[in-house]
Amino acid sequence: MVTTSTTLPSAGPVSGSRSFFAGLRDGDEIARLITFLFAATVVLITLLIVYMLWRNSVLPRHKFGFAFLRTSTWDPNFDQFGALPFIFGTLVTSALSLLIAVPLGIGAAIFLAELAPARLSDTLEFFIDLLAAVPSVIYGLLGIFIVVPIMRDVIQPALKNTLGFLPLFKGPAFGIGFLTAGVVLAIMVIPYIISVSREVLLSVPRDQREAALALGSTRWESTWKVVVPFARTGIMGSIFLALARALGETMAVTMVIGNTPSISASLFSPGDSIASVVANQFTEATGELYTQSLIELGLVLFLLTFILNGLARLLIVATSQRGSAHA
Amino acid sequence: MKRITAIFLVTLGLGAFFVARAVLSINGAGASFPEPIYSKWFDEYHKKDPNIQINYQSIGSGGGIKQVTEGTVDFGASDGPMNDDQLKAFQDKHGFPILHFPTVLGAAVPTYNIPGVSAELNFTPEALAGIFLGKITKWNDPTIASANSGVNLPGNDILVVHRSDGSGTTYIWTDYLSKVSDEWKTKVGKNTSVNWPTGLGGNKNEGVAGLVKQTPNSIGYVELIYAIKNNMPFGKVKNSSGTFIKADLASVTAAAAGAAKDMPDDFRVSITNAPGKTAYPISSFTWLLIPSKFSDASKRDAIKGFVKWMLADGQNDTESLAYSKLPKEVVAKEISALDKVQ
Amino acid sequence: MTVNAQLRWRKFVSNFMLTMTGLCALVAVSVLFFILGYLVYHGGTSINWDFFTKLPAPVGENGGGMANAIVGSAKLLMLATLFGVPIGFFGAIYLAEFSGSNVAFVVRYAADLLNGVPSIVIGIFAYSIAVQPFKHFSTYAGGFALGVMMIPITLRSTEQFLLGVPRALREGAMALGASKWKTISTVVVPAAYRGILTAILLAFARVAGETAPLLFTALGNRYWSQGWNEPTASLPVMIYNYAIGPFEDWHRQAWAAGLVLLALILVINIVARAILSRGISVPRS
Repeated sequence: MVTTSTTLPSAGPVSGSRSFFAGLRDGDEIARLITFLFAATVVLITLLIVYMLWRNSVLPRHKFGFAFLRTSTWDPNFDQFGALPFIFGTLVTSALSLLIAVPLGIGAAIFLAELAPARLSDTLEFFIDLLAAVPSVIYGLLGIFIVVPIMRDVIQPALKNTLGFLPLFKGPAFGIGFLTAGVVLAIMVIPYIISVSREVLLSVPRDQREAALALGSTRWESTWKVVVPFARTGIMGSIFLALARALGETMAVTMVIGNTPSISASLFSPGDSIASVVANQFTEATGELYTQSLIELGLVLFLLTFILNGLARLLIVATSQRGSAHA
Repeated sequence: MKRITAIFLVTLGLGAFFVARAVLSINGAGASFPEPIYSKWFDEYHKKDPNIQINYQSIGSGGGIKQVTEGTVDFGASDGPMNDDQLKAFQDKHGFPILHFPTVLGAAVPTYNIPGVSAELNFTPEALAGIFLGKITKWNDPTIASANSGVNLPGNDILVVHRSDGSGTTYIWTDYLSKVSDEWKTKVGKNTSVNWPTGLGGNKNEGVAGLVKQTPNSIGYVELIYAIKNNMPFGKVKNSSGTFIKADLASVTAAAAGAAKDMPDDFRVSITNAPGKTAYPISSFTWLLIPSKFSDASKRDAIKGFVKWMLADGQNDTESLAYSKLPKEVVAKEISALDKVQ
Repeated sequence: MTVNAQLRWRKFVSNFMLTMTGLCALVAVSVLFFILGYLVYHGGTSINWDFFTKLPAPVGENGGGMANAIVGSAKLLMLATLFGVPIGFFGAIYLAEFSGSNVAFVVRYAADLLNGVPSIVIGIFAYSIAVQPFKHFSTYAGGFALGVMMIPITLRSTEQFLLGVPRALREGAMALGASKWKTISTVVVPAAYRGILTAILLAFARVAGETAPLLFTALGNRYWSQGWNEPTASLPVMIYNYAIGPFEDWHRQAWAAGLVLLALILVINIVARAILSRGISVPRS
C-alpha cells in the first residue's frame, strides 16, 4: 500500500508552464477547483458541527468550566452535571472492542486475502459486508437476547472462576455492563476492519510477495513481514474507521451497558457511554442547562476523537519512517 | 458515469410522483405513555374524516414540550404538566399561551421478580421509598415484611431497576416518591430523569421489564398497560387512606375523581397519592399541549374537532387499552376550555 | 539450531499462524451467519404480503405493515447518497490527485473527526440546521443527516483505493498525452473502481440502519409521507420503536423489518456491482 502523499509528479512545474487557458481547456484547473470545493465542504461541515456544539453548550461551560470533565455526578434534578463516568465508559468500551476486533479482523482479512481461494474469499467478503448493514438497533436486540444471557450464564462465571483475582473480573455479574458492550461493539466494527484490510492486502503488488518467497521465506513470513507492512497504512485506516464507529455507537451500546453512570475497575460492572446517555436523555431533557450539558457531552466526545485521532496519526508517522511503501 | 446519472435521474423522477394530495396533515409529538390510545384515536378519526391525517410520534414528554415550543409540530403531549418556566418560554416565543387538555389517565406499578414468591406483595410508601433510595437492601427487611405477613420473603439483596431514558413514567414515579418521602424529595427529587441512588437502568418499559424478568430478586416500575399486556406480576401500593390498592381502571379513575373538584382552570394538577379510599396512589393525567392560536384555520378546526370527538366518543376506547377515562366533570370543563383555542 | 531445525520451526510457525488466521475468519464468519440466521428465522416467519403493502396498524392492534417505512427509507437513502457520495468521492479525488500534503492532512483529519461524531449528535446538528429554521421535520432533513454520515467513509476509503492504483498506470496515461483530469477519469478511477464501490456500499450500509439521526429530522409518520417536505417513516426508526415496544406483534414486525432492510441492502449491493462491473479491472496481483 502506498503512502499518504501523492505519488505523481503532479501540479507544480507542469501546470505552471502551461497557459492558464490551456489548463482550462483540458479541464485540469477546473477539476482541481471543483474537487477542492468538495473537499473543503467536508472541513466546513465538520467545523459547523463543532461550532454548533460549542455555541449550544455555553451554559454548562460557564457554570462548571473544566470541573465538568472531572466530576462524576449526573443529577438533572439538581442541575449537577459531570462527564467523567461517561468519558470512562466510552473509552473502556471502545478499547475493549478494538482489543477483540483488531486481531480477529486482521487475521480474518489475511486469511481471506492470502489463503482463501478467490471465489470463497469474494463470497465470504460479500456476507461480511452485510454485517455492516445490520441496523445498530438489531445489534442491540441481539445483544440483549443472545449476548447478555451468554455473558451472564457462561462467560462471566468462567472468567470469575479462572481470572477472578484480577480487579477486572470482580463483583456481581448481571450480563450487562462494560464487557458485554465491548463484545457487541467488537462484532459491529469487525466488518470494517476485515473489509478494508482485505481490499488493501489484495492490492499489494504480487512482486512483493514473490520477492519474499524467492528469498526463502515461508508463506507466513512473507505475509507478516512483507505484505502486511506494505499495507500498513490502509490497515491502520480500517482501524480508525472501526474506532470511530465504536466511539460514536449509540443504540447497541445503550441497550446492553446498564445505563448507570459508574466508574469501576471491573468489566462486569454496568456503566454508561457518552453516546448512550445523550441518546437516552436528549429528547426528554427539559431546561436549558440540562439540554446544553448533553450537548457539551457531545463536544467532549468530539474532543476525545480529536485527541485519539491525533495520537493515532503520530503513530503512523512514527512507524512509516522505517521502510514502508513508497510506490 | 453516464449510466449512473441516468439511473439517478429516473429514480428522482419516480420520487417526484409522491406529490402532495389534498389531505390536511397535522403533526404532533410527545409522551410515549399514551401512545397506544392516541394512535388508535387518530386512526379512528382519520377513518371518520379521511381528509385529516394526524401523525403522532412518541419522542417523550420533554420532546413534546420542546418541539411544540419550537413550532416544529402542531401540538405536543406530555405526562407531566409544563412548569411555569416552560409556559413562559412558550409565551415569550409565540406571543400567546399554550393550553393543557387532559386526555386519559394512567398509572405506574411496581413489578418484581423474587424466586419462590408468587404472591402479590403489598408495598407501603416507606418501603418503596426505602428500596429506591437504596436504604432497604434485603427482601426480608421488616419494612417490607410487616406489610406482607404470611409471605416467605428471602434474605436476598434487592436489585433496583429504573428507566435509563427520560420518561413520563419516571416523572410519575418520582413525583409520588417525593410526596411520600421527604428524604427522596430533597435527595433525588422529581423529574423525567433523575440521579438514581441505586440500581440499573433499562431502556423504556421493555428494557425495565426485560431486566426484571431476567434478574432474580429485582424490582422495577412500569406502566400499567405494559404490565397487563405482558402478564407481569405487580404489587399493591398503600394509598393515603391506608388501604392497599392494586392498580386497575377503577382505582385510577378514583384517584382522578378527587382531583376533579379542585381542578385548576389550566388543568395542570398532580394526582399522585390522591385522597380517596379506593384511589390508586401512583396515577396521573396525561395532557395534550395545544397552542391557543393557530395561523392555519383548517388546522385549528381539525384539532378542535378532534378534541371534541376525543372527549365524547373517544373516551369509549380507553378501557380496552387499560387507560382510565376522564371523570365527567373534567370533560365538561375541557369542552368549555376549547373555546380558548383561536 | 541447525539450518534444518530452523527451517522446520519456521515452517511450523507458518502453518500454525496461517491456521490461526483461518480460525479468525471462521469466528468472524460464524458470528455473521449466526446473526443472519437468527434474523432470517425470526424475521422470515413474520414476513407476509401485508408487511409490504399496508400502513402500520393502530398501536395495540395486530397486523398492518410497513409499506410507508420502506418507501420512506428509500427516499431518505436516495437523498443521502445524492448528497454524501459526490462530496466524499470528489473530495477524495482532490486529496489523492491534486492536493498538497498539508491540505490533505487537514481534510483527512476532519473526515476522521466527522466519522467519530455519534449519530445522535449528527441528528442534533441536522435538527439545528435543517429543521429548526424551517419549523418542520422533513425528509430533506433526514436525507441531509444521513448524507453527512456517508461522507467520511466514502472519502477515506475512496482515497485509499485511488492511492493504491500503481504509478505505472498513471504515468502510462500521461505519457500518452492525457491531461490530469483525463487520466483520473479514464484510468485511475476505473482501476480503483472495486475499492471505491466497496467504500460507497459500506457507507450506504452504514447509514441505511441508522436510527438516531432520523429521530430529530425525519421524525416518523404513521401515514404516507407526501412529497419531500414532510416527516416520513423509515425502517430503522420503526424497528426501534417496535422492538422496544410492549407488543409481541410489534416484535415480530421489528424482526421482519430488520430482515427486509438487510435484504434491500443486499439487493442494492448485487445490482450496483453488476451494473458497474464493466470497465478496466486491474488483475489481482
